[in-house]
Amino acid sequence: MERTEAELIAAVLRGDAASFEPLVEKYSPRVFATARRYARRESEIEDIVQEVWLKAFQKLVSFRGDAPFEHWLMRLAVRTCYDFLRGHQRNRESMFSELTDPEEDWLDRFVTQPESANENADAARLLIERIMDQLSPPARLIITLLEIEDRSVKEIAQLTGWSIPLVKVRAFRARAEMRKLLAKMAKDKYL
Amino acid sequence: MKLPELQKKLISAARTQTVSDHVPYAFEKRVMAYIRSCPAVDVTALWAQALWRSAGACLAVVAVLGAVSIFTPHSTKPAPGDLSQEFEKTMLAALDSDYSR
Repeated sequence: MERTEAELIAAVLRGDAASFEPLVEKYSPRVFATARRYARRESEIEDIVQEVWLKAFQKLVSFRGDAPFEHWLMRLAVRTCYDFLRGHQRNRESMFSELTDPEEDWLDRFVTQPESANENADAARLLIERIMDQLSPPARLIITLLEIEDRSVKEIAQLTGWSIPLVKVRAFRARAEMRKLLAKMAKDKYL
Repeated sequence: MKLPELQKKLISAARTQTVSDHVPYAFEKRVMAYIRSCPAVDVTALWAQALWRSAGACLAVVAVLGAVSIFTPHSTKPAPGDLSQEFEKTMLAALDSDYSR
């Protein structure tokens, strides 16, 4: 008979580490999907997910069980991804003059006929990835959670551990940072 | 270029992008091996270790100060250049002169 999550957690806390494996198996797809939002290279993604599971194992004693295990785990995952962003701040000064031809074409199309520039195009996705890579860690986290994953401010506060006013302030700054990057991209390309 | 519109389009582009939830083969085995290889962090043990170390250092300081106080020769009369006595005399000079009147 399959054991419930609560039983597995209780067994791990009693010292039966093997009972942790079914939890890893069940929730790894969710954790991988989250990590792939913040890291590109597969080796980095695997490192993040491994780190999430190690933290989950070590901090399992702090899981009170009043909320689903998945919520607790996702909080850990988001915080680990944020730590990763802070620790691996790439060269955020990369120039927009390095745009690929499809990206340039998409931008040209947007300038001449904004309606014809399709948001489903791969070039648009590459452009947004490029911009996300250049955002500061808090801005990237907030834009991902708020704008791309469409989460509420309250949810983000719970996931990140930030207060609601702080989330609002950081969201305002993140949008401004993104607009500034877009302005820089436009200036690099057209001026 | 209309930047707010461009921002909106690019965000929509990011939303349409599906994120893969693919898990590498036998990843859970790898995680379990990694967890087993990492020494368990016992916070109370770390505290206990730090406290024992600081207790040792405190005992060493006490021993040195004790030895200094035992082996330093004491004299009942203050030395002529005793700073504490000179300081006290200076501080209480005004009072002494009042009482002597």
